[in-house]
Amino acid sequence: MHDDSRNHEPDLSVEFCGVRAPNPFWLASAPPTNSEYQVRRAFEAGWGGAVWKTISHDPIVNVASRYGAVDYDGRKVMGLNNIELITDRPLEVNLREIASVKRDFPDRALFVSLMVESKRETWHDIVKRTEDAGADGIELNFGCPHGMSERGMGSAVGQVPDYTCMIVQWVKEVARTPVMVKLTPNVSDIRAIGRAAQRGGADAISLINTVNSIMGLDLDTLAPRPQVRGRGSHGGYCGPAVKPIALHLVSQIATDPEIRLPISGIGGIQAWQDAVEHMLLGASCVQVCTAVMHYGFRIIDPLIDGLKGWMRQKGFARLGDFVGRSTQRIVEWSDLDLNYKIVAEIDQDKCINCGLCYIACEDGCHQSIRRERVEEGEFVRRMEMMHEGTKARRHEGKRDVATRRRGDEGTVLAEMGNGGRTFVSGGERYLFGAGDGYVNVYTINQDTCVGCNMCSLVCPVYGCITMKDVDTGKPSMTWREYQALLAAGKVEKIQPPDHV
Amino acid sequence: MPRADLKLLQQRFADTHPPLTAAEAAVESARCLYCFDAPCTRACPTHIDVPRFIRQIMHRDPIGAARTILDANIFGGSCAHVCPTQVLCEGACVDNTLLSAPVQIGRLQRFACDAAHQASMEFYTPGPPTGRRVAVVGAGPAGLTCAHELRQRGHAVVVFDANDMPGGLNTYGIAAYKMTTEFALSEVERIKRMGIHLRGNHKVGGPELLRLLDEFDAVFLGIGLGRTAPLKIQGEQLKGVRESLEFICETHTRPLDRCALRGDVVVMGGGNTAIDAARAAIRLGARRVTIAYRRDLVAMPAFRHEYEGAVSDGVAFEWLALPRRIIGRNGRATGVRFARVRLAGEGRAARLRPVRGGEFTLPADLVIKALGQEPLEEIAAAIPGLKTAGGRIVTDAATGATSVSRLYAGGDCTHGASEEVVFAVQSGKLAATAIDAQLRAGS
Repeated sequence: MHDDSRNHEPDLSVEFCGVRAPNPFWLASAPPTNSEYQVRRAFEAGWGGAVWKTISHDPIVNVASRYGAVDYDGRKVMGLNNIELITDRPLEVNLREIASVKRDFPDRALFVSLMVESKRETWHDIVKRTEDAGADGIELNFGCPHGMSERGMGSAVGQVPDYTCMIVQWVKEVARTPVMVKLTPNVSDIRAIGRAAQRGGADAISLINTVNSIMGLDLDTLAPRPQVRGRGSHGGYCGPAVKPIALHLVSQIATDPEIRLPISGIGGIQAWQDAVEHMLLGASCVQVCTAVMHYGFRIIDPLIDGLKGWMRQKGFARLGDFVGRSTQRIVEWSDLDLNYKIVAEIDQDKCINCGLCYIACEDGCHQSIRRERVEEGEFVRRMEMMHEGTKARRHEGKRDVATRRRGDEGTVLAEMGNGGRTFVSGGERYLFGAGDGYVNVYTINQDTCVGCNMCSLVCPVYGCITMKDVDTGKPSMTWREYQALLAAGKVEKIQPPDHV
Repeated sequence: MPRADLKLLQQRFADTHPPLTAAEAAVESARCLYCFDAPCTRACPTHIDVPRFIRQIMHRDPIGAARTILDANIFGGSCAHVCPTQVLCEGACVDNTLLSAPVQIGRLQRFACDAAHQASMEFYTPGPPTGRRVAVVGAGPAGLTCAHELRQRGHAVVVFDANDMPGGLNTYGIAAYKMTTEFALSEVERIKRMGIHLRGNHKVGGPELLRLLDEFDAVFLGIGLGRTAPLKIQGEQLKGVRESLEFICETHTRPLDRCALRGDVVVMGGGNTAIDAARAAIRLGARRVTIAYRRDLVAMPAFRHEYEGAVSDGVAFEWLALPRRIIGRNGRATGVRFARVRLAGEGRAARLRPVRGGEFTLPADLVIKALGQEPLEEIAAAIPGLKTAGGRIVTDAATGATSVSRLYAGGDCTHGASEEVVFAVQSGKLAATAIDAQLRAGS
């Protein structure tokens, strides 16, 4: 790391298979890059590059409606899907607009996504015309899972290594600019497709395209969502929900010893952290769609600010300092240390006594959280003991009277004490988290805790449940090593835990 | 006196907490953490499964949510309006610790109950007839809940009530700005549809109660309490001196424009009913409303949120004010003479010591006494062997059983009762379970 870089402005510029861009945030080939009007707005907002929405010789015809979303318990668009096809605008219009944008934004990366019939001459023609229009590079859309695949294009190509290789070869026969192949996640082993793209001569890989999906049903009409006169079709799923799938596939391409192509990471990027994760796992730049469809081009500012802030904090001066830095940390399960032990710990001061950790552990995991019903008065005494110092200070000064927001009641003046957990009303003392005279206090049984993380994942309080390393005194031993040692008779068989 | 504007008054009496919109309910329900062994449920006297009904709202099943609520509390809609949620479910909510603001459980409960009401949902049907008959005396929340639960179990129920309208204090005794008479009665309707024989304007006295015990297989007493305790000071009989409950009752039984006030009002007492009366008086147009309490804010039995509500309405408070006499002219009250006192000792047990030369007068065109209700001793005294304490009937907390066989009691008339609708509901529920068990055991 470069400690001296903390005070410098991190350099976000990127050179991706020979194409330069001021930052790694590009727009994916999708509805936001449908027209000159949109791409101009994006570049004016500060996006580093864009992949023009897939063009073809003949405009397609779209249907209404086209998008469906998954909401999650109060948050909108956790995932989005679409049955929209490639551009429905004439090729000449797209090419003219591409030329116009590129002329005015020479510093931005402008790739153009292409999808045509699987005929050599057809591909030759569109590649040439696109490059003539001024595109910095070409992205081959071998990924769309809906509509076009039924006509032998999109994922119909990207799901078959030989087709992928063949069409990349055709394109490379005439291409003068870098050729990036966009991969579909709807395959059993994406590495086979990535290798085929490389074999065909591709200069870069972008992934993932959308995931095949049925979004859901309207439970009044029983029609699928999105619906087209009461019927629907499988569509491409994207948005925050698909990021883990994307990260896995990006890391598979990045760690495959046979594939040595730069990667443009796509899938679920809406916060700067998502972009950093894609890059740590091997993406040199990233492409964004759903977050822009949801919130507009303006999200580029917090993306850039967040990335810069993190780089400064970490002492990274340029993207190259961290791209791919975590790829080697993704290993096979057999290479994980069997002797590593970690257990959960609950900070009783932060605990709000909701019991979510307890029931998750009890019903879903390993029954390692103790639940103790503590009588209210006893609980308050314990809290006071925990806060001896604070309490002493409070007694020196005047009474601890705090103003608290209490629901729709407006501001209620209440005497707060014991870490702000009690209040007095009508001469009675009340305790948050109590009922029927007791408070549930939860503690981890660290002897039986398997260190699965679940409690810390469901805990609603930031920093309340942490996972602590436990020194087992044993040296690291992976499954692979264990098997070898077992075979050599050098270790005893590991016994099941006592509490199974 | 020009007739007050009825519309304006109705506006002032419109709900203090407007109902949640569907959008608000969606956001608010998503805040609920779905606690395990949830504090809110434990803090609710009727143990409504709060996380469950909130989750049902979040997953757009408000009718299912209403069913969850009403299964535990057939007065769930009323309680959503009138419960002191700030010290019950919402006071226990863990979001107080996490975010300094609880989930608005009361308003979500109302949202669900309103949805079921609008859809005219009928959730309950009478059980197969058992041939057993139970008399319920008092059609308040305790008695009606008991009747409802007994009907579900197939027992025939006759309910007697001294008043014209059923519902007891849930209809007559709740400040009208908290819940309308119509809403209170709509919840009673649901219970009536269970096939309950309701005899209104029928006051049951001691001798009749003895007869009921002979005629019925069991009797439940939910008779509440009697009149407001007298001040026992000079001038109490003057015109313009009223009891708080009678005053509140009038806002339910007469058009609001006929209840309108103009002059100064002094409310004497420090409980939640004193606050209800004061806030109602403000809404009815009184010039100045003062609550005079003989102790101080710390010792005041009214809930803190009620006090805050009164302050924000503009109610004035006169602490450490001990009423000496009500003064009047031509038979009408014109003010209250107070002695200023100081407290000797700690808490509510502290003694009141008059401060020398500390007498003062508050002008009053209306004096409202809110000093707690007296027990109805006559009826208890008529039953041989019925154990009472301080004039209130002693019952088993888990069953509502009194010291007299087949006689059960619940609600305010019982010893140690907490005077909130939700506690009365729970006592009626528990008694019904016990009565049912006894009737089945005896068959």
